[in-house]
Amino acid sequence: MKVELQNLTKIFPSRNKKSGEEVVAVNNFTFTIPDGKLVGLLGPSGCGKSTTLYMISGLQQPTSGKIFFGEEDVTELSPENRGIGLVFQNYALYPHMTVRQNILFPLQNLRGKDKMTKQQMLDRAYEAAKLVQIDGLMDRKPNELSGGQQQRVAIARALVKMPRVLLLDEPLSNLDARLRLQTREEIRRIQKETGITTIFVTHDQEEAMSISDIIVVMKLGVVQQIGKPQEIYDDPINLFVAKFLGTPPINVLSGYVKDEKLYIGDAEIMTVNGVDDRDVTVAIRPEGFNLEENGPLVCALSNVEVMGRDVSIVSRHESSLNPVLRSIINADNKIDITAETVSFSLKPHKVFLFDAETEERIYFEV
Amino acid sequence: MAVLNFLNRVFVEGFWKTFCVKWIWQTFCVAWVHDAFYIQFLCKKLKYDKWKGWVYLAPCIALLLVFTVWPIINTVRVSFLEGYDSLAAIGGETFDIGIGNFERVVNAPKFLTCLKNTMLLCVLTVPISTILALLIAVCLNAIKPLQRALQTIFFLPYVTNSIAIGMVFMAMFQMVGSNFGSDNQYIASAGIINNIIGLFGVEPINWVNANSSYGANIAVLTIYIVWNALPFKILILLGGLQSVNKQYYEAAKIDSTPRWRVFTRITVPLLSPMLAYVVITGFIGGFKEYSSIVGIFDAKMGAPGQAGTLNTMVGYIYDAIANTKHGIASAAALILFAIIFVVTMINLYVSKKKTHY
Repeated sequence: MKVELQNLTKIFPSRNKKSGEEVVAVNNFTFTIPDGKLVGLLGPSGCGKSTTLYMISGLQQPTSGKIFFGEEDVTELSPENRGIGLVFQNYALYPHMTVRQNILFPLQNLRGKDKMTKQQMLDRAYEAAKLVQIDGLMDRKPNELSGGQQQRVAIARALVKMPRVLLLDEPLSNLDARLRLQTREEIRRIQKETGITTIFVTHDQEEAMSISDIIVVMKLGVVQQIGKPQEIYDDPINLFVAKFLGTPPINVLSGYVKDEKLYIGDAEIMTVNGVDDRDVTVAIRPEGFNLEENGPLVCALSNVEVMGRDVSIVSRHESSLNPVLRSIINADNKIDITAETVSFSLKPHKVFLFDAETEERIYFEV
Repeated sequence: MAVLNFLNRVFVEGFWKTFCVKWIWQTFCVAWVHDAFYIQFLCKKLKYDKWKGWVYLAPCIALLLVFTVWPIINTVRVSFLEGYDSLAAIGGETFDIGIGNFERVVNAPKFLTCLKNTMLLCVLTVPISTILALLIAVCLNAIKPLQRALQTIFFLPYVTNSIAIGMVFMAMFQMVGSNFGSDNQYIASAGIINNIIGLFGVEPINWVNANSSYGANIAVLTIYIVWNALPFKILILLGGLQSVNKQYYEAAKIDSTPRWRVFTRITVPLLSPMLAYVVITGFIGGFKEYSSIVGIFDAKMGAPGQAGTLNTMVGYIYDAIANTKHGIASAAALILFAIIFVVTMINLYVSKKKTHY
């Protein structure tokens, strides 16, 4: 099922009546989610990603704009009539019911022509449980399950009624690091197997990057960039997106362009054709550095962290807007840890220029 | 016989006396002597933190021992003393040990009336008040505006004196008529209830006056007790409802659960600990019912000219004490305790199976 959002806007009235300040949680969100894709809504807390999800679910009404499932306008439809499955952040499994009863619950609500016999329901519940690999735990209560198992039950409960769209609200935030890795693979697998259009919300860029077909990066209710994970990573549209994606985070320095040359401090770093003379913010991915003895970017070496395959060089530069510069270099390179300074040249495709004022991307040619 | 032998040794040989007196005396010493300064001194000197708690608790324990523990022990003791008389006891008279008090209580027709009344009121009021309280709590929880104000209004009976409420109820159910009862003639200065049902063409009912029927009496009592019991139950259930995670309801909504099913399959099970608590305390309170009857029907425990027809277990115990039959009163109190104990155990057993914590 294709999901189409048209100019979706959600404004929360001000809590304080005197100041009358409204909160625009989601501002003019237009996007079409293709059928059968896994889409990640990504952004820092308060960016409106959960609100968007809840508007798609119908639990919240948009202030303006429309939502379509396929060709059907569901904007005015109440949540129970939208045919969605929703997995809550803390799963909201009914604590007094067993896993089986939890999964059966949505099926028992079906009325009219969808009404199923007991055996059909049990079969369907078992199928769903098998899909998420909890078929051995059917008689347990939620509090007898681990976080990851509860998560699976929640997904099974959402899937069992064959929703048109599956929504996941911060599905991994309650899991420990190891389980998180495992469960995100699971979500990917389940989504692939069922082919249900799935939208999930996360503030963890790594999570979003690793499993999504499409990422939507949001900030303060405004969509910043939509695209495939790798595209966004390689081609961020503004400084916010560049900073938000990638671990370790991107290095940000202030610099300027003069005669189509990029300067950081007083050093001429590289040629940037097609850019006017101006102040810029330079963002360099950690993997965008080359160790070069007489390289143009000279930094004060503070630390070298060995990570096996790679080494991470922590250094300082007076133009850096972050406390330190972090670069990741192949461990084959020889680094003199006792040296005072370290010199780099840059890989041009890992360097992004942004307007110092508007933080919008400035494109250049090498 | 072994039990009687044991009791004989405990009570007659005075072992319990030495033990209890010593215990009480020591506790009092601790409570009196250990003022703040001394507690500090003691704790430092002993370097035992576990003593600290006991020392702080001592005054409270002392009071409990004197006014709760000792009376309980004494009740058990007195109930097994044949023909016990407190004045004679002070005079140094001794009494035989036996179960005569219990026998007399169980065989007294008055006691059986009391037992029947108490049971009937319990069985009627607990389910009605619990179900009503649940419905009101759910409704209160569902409305946003005026919720606080309504909550306060519903809570008002709880802070009002039950005798006062009883008198108001008596006035409401009054049927004033000089000839009433002899030829069913009725003079119009009736209570508000009879006036209201009169509007619907119903003949006025003799609720609480002389010659009123037992059924009418019980109906008034039931209404009064239910109304009086509601606030506490609503408070507990509303508190429970407000602590239920809203997401369960959102999840149910997304799964298009009909309202009734949400209530029976989600709200009630999630409230079950509070419901169990309310039912258990309701039964315990019901078995101790007394002041409501006094409030409406006077301490004679019945409509005018029908003294004692509405008496309860607690009323029976009070009557026995008033007639200085302490042995009878103690035995009746223990029987009441046994009944409450058994009913509570049954409640706990049932709720354990049905309750989700």
